[in-house]
Amino acid sequence: MSPRFVVARLGMLVVTLLVSSLAIHGAMFLTPGDPATLLVGGSRNPDPAVLAQIHREYHLDDPFIQGYWHWLGNCLQGDFGKSLVYRDSVAALIGDRAGTTLALVVYASLLVLAAGTVIGTVAALRGGRTETLATTVTAGAMAVPTFVMAVLLIWLFAVRLAWFPVYGSGEGFTGTLTHLTLPAVALAMTWIGYVAQVTRTAVRAELRSEHVETARSRGVPERTVIRRHVLHNASGPVFAVSGVGIAGIIATAAVIEQAFGTGGLGALMIEAAAKQDMAVVQAVSLVFVVVFVVINTAVDLISAALDPRAARKGAR
Amino acid sequence: MSTPPLLRIDALGIDLPVDGEPRTVVHRVDLGIPEGAAVALVGESGSGKSLTARSVLGLLPRGAHVHGEVLFAGESVPRMRPERLRTFRASEVAMVFQDPRAHINPARGIGDFLIEGLTTARGVPAAEASRKVTAILREVGIPDADRRMRQRPHELSGGLLQRVMIAAALAAEPRLLLADEPTTALDVTTQEEVMAIIGEARRARGLAMLFITHDLELAAAVCDRVPVMYAGTTVEELPADRLRGRASHPYTRALLASRPSVSDAGAELRSIPGRPLSGFEVPDGCAFSDRCPHVRDLCRNERPEPGGFVEDGTAACHFPHPLTSEETGSHA
Amino acid sequence: MTTAPLTRTTTGRTKRTRPRDRLTLGAGCVVALFVLLAVFGPLLAPHDPNAVDPVNVYAGPSATHLLGTDDTGRDLLSRLIAGTRASLAAPAVVVVVSTVLGTLLALTAAWSGGWLDRLVSGALDIVFGFPGLIMAVLVAAVFGAGLTAPVVALSIAYLPLITRVVRAAAIKERNLPYVSALQLLGAPTARIWLRHLLPNLLPLVLVQATIGFGYALLDVAAISFLGLGDQPPDPEWGLMVSNGAPSILSGLPQQSLYAGIAILIVVVAFNLLGTGLSRRLLGENA
Repeated sequence: MSPRFVVARLGMLVVTLLVSSLAIHGAMFLTPGDPATLLVGGSRNPDPAVLAQIHREYHLDDPFIQGYWHWLGNCLQGDFGKSLVYRDSVAALIGDRAGTTLALVVYASLLVLAAGTVIGTVAALRGGRTETLATTVTAGAMAVPTFVMAVLLIWLFAVRLAWFPVYGSGEGFTGTLTHLTLPAVALAMTWIGYVAQVTRTAVRAELRSEHVETARSRGVPERTVIRRHVLHNASGPVFAVSGVGIAGIIATAAVIEQAFGTGGLGALMIEAAAKQDMAVVQAVSLVFVVVFVVINTAVDLISAALDPRAARKGAR
Repeated sequence: MSTPPLLRIDALGIDLPVDGEPRTVVHRVDLGIPEGAAVALVGESGSGKSLTARSVLGLLPRGAHVHGEVLFAGESVPRMRPERLRTFRASEVAMVFQDPRAHINPARGIGDFLIEGLTTARGVPAAEASRKVTAILREVGIPDADRRMRQRPHELSGGLLQRVMIAAALAAEPRLLLADEPTTALDVTTQEEVMAIIGEARRARGLAMLFITHDLELAAAVCDRVPVMYAGTTVEELPADRLRGRASHPYTRALLASRPSVSDAGAELRSIPGRPLSGFEVPDGCAFSDRCPHVRDLCRNERPEPGGFVEDGTAACHFPHPLTSEETGSHA
Repeated sequence: MTTAPLTRTTTGRTKRTRPRDRLTLGAGCVVALFVLLAVFGPLLAPHDPNAVDPVNVYAGPSATHLLGTDDTGRDLLSRLIAGTRASLAAPAVVVVVSTVLGTLLALTAAWSGGWLDRLVSGALDIVFGFPGLIMAVLVAAVFGAGLTAPVVALSIAYLPLITRVVRAAAIKERNLPYVSALQLLGAPTARIWLRHLLPNLLPLVLVQATIGFGYALLDVAAISFLGLGDQPPDPEWGLMVSNGAPSILSGLPQQSLYAGIAILIVVVAFNLLGTGLSRRLLGENA
């Protein structure tokens, strides 16, 4: 991996974050009315005195770029402003809920990594009926929309079978685990299917590759061939697609939190959006976009390090 | 042939499953390689020569069905148990493949590739294996062996990579080397160097070789005997030095006529009409019947068996070409 | 070399492609059916989709209500049929807008090359780094609930999907000798675009749009499910899934289930149609 690539990718990261934050901040100026009304939190007839104070606090009367710069600087220092709807600082609101979302995203990501790669690998190595079955099931998992999957899982496992609690985020480790299992599964399902299919294709391609034939021709034990050549070489694309999956999980966490009533950042953002509480929406979407973009960049960089040019060139 | 050959392939046939149905891809291959000798299996793409080479290692695709016999030092390869097959591959026969860039794992280092056969298949300690392959790398013309061992495949040229592949094959100290078009993916000057390296290594070790090629001239230059394959069948087998003058199968003769040669610079260059068939497309009769200039009814209905027509050779043809006086005169 | 006989099997190939083509055809029929429902839905619905019937809430399937009724006694089948238009129209707008803009952008970038091409590519990378759903939520917060703002946001979010692919193909096409030949002959750029580039790229654009439609439908339904898109009492499918959610707890999943299945069928049909078209029109082994 050349240093130039790293610098270019990191430069892209900074530019993407700047443009995204600019868009997040600028969005409120698209409103036909006074942007300040969005920061009051949707009340119909806000007190003019309050509006004037908001204009000062958010530098709404300054030139746009100055206001943006001010907002960005505050955000970087952890000051996301105040929510008048929740009567609390936005940072505190985020702090209260970030843990749940983090737990949900990590849980779902682990499910994707474990189930996706294992299903894909076993399907490719076994072949035959196992492979057909795995392909069909994963295609099905990919086709069901996340929020429909949420509804299905609630009906099946929380209502019919009563294995898991229906709503909420639970207390303590086991409580959190049981409360988050269904949301994590629903969130992970699409990506499990995706990662499994990519893994299967990658492992199959390596199994059929010429360099695997070479290893076999030299009497290298089959287990060693699978480990050192098949799985080792397939790990590049599998890692890359898992990263895409984790980024995707972050982007759709809001839907799942809403569906399961899990009180995380996503649910906060949706609620705030419905109430037009712009300060909260801006802050949370900034958090989501930063994490999303950082993960995508990290995946690109690590993939490039794992999978040198040769691996792609050689896989003609 | 007085001594029993190191490798004997007897009426080898290979069926491959295509959409669940078996298809005969190799019909009948007969050849023998004495200890230390070199045999070139010549044929066009799709003639089944690569599959034949792989059958010597028991390296056929899943679901392949083998009939006939492949005997290595009297032991049947198709009947080897998996564990014996593994030790056999690790120590008796080594293969050099056509495209080193595809056949060497691009995601692993050169050193790793070189010692892998010794460490994982034979349990040689890594340090000892490294010493051994370093010496062999120097032998195949890679002087800065230590540096090369630390590099990755994409950092090496095709010619260097093929030398690495040859070194890896030699490191196993095999008795037979299978070389599947080892120079086809290389440019012309590198081709000559690689052939020279293989030749030297063979001489130094008394190593037998099965050389797979589509190049008759090259085959005759580096090998003792030349079996010619067409559409899954060895149609002719004869000593390399008699190829030019004594070939009696129409296909061999057509191949010779279609190749530009320095020695026959004035001769007319003729292509063979029609397209080469794959093994499974072969009609009931002689595989070459629909392209043969001398075809008769018998050829279309009955497959010819290999028979001796020329001194020290066989041809599978109902009407082998009689020698003309001009040919005996100019080449004898 | 050893695989040559395997791929040469002409009979094997027809055996494998025929069921696939049938699948594509089936998917096309399903898509056509739903498009017809979207156009004529209100005429075909057996009942008024918004007619409340307090006596008949949560009714099971019967001759009058083939799929039963919901929590306020509205006929579920009628709501599903009537909701087709709302559910398909928004993603259709997203796809049309992003496809038209994206194709123009791609052609411009590919044709001019240089800094403009780099600018377009860079801008698209940035847009790609911004999840569409979050973009939609953001604008929904600004403009209030309703489909217009999210549809605009998704149209922008979908630009990279179409533009990247078409740009790559357009660069290839632009570098073909015939294009330089036309330029040398003095053909005006607009003419080369309309008569040659666009028609040659059209199959690719069509395939991308078809596949994109499935995703757009999912995203639009998700936004309505979140309560930021279509508003009650509209029978939009995503909204129906969320409307039905509370009654699932009482063991009555019909409303959510049927709406979810409707979404699933349309998404799968568009995906199958897209991959089938790509195989037929572009000869890809998808």
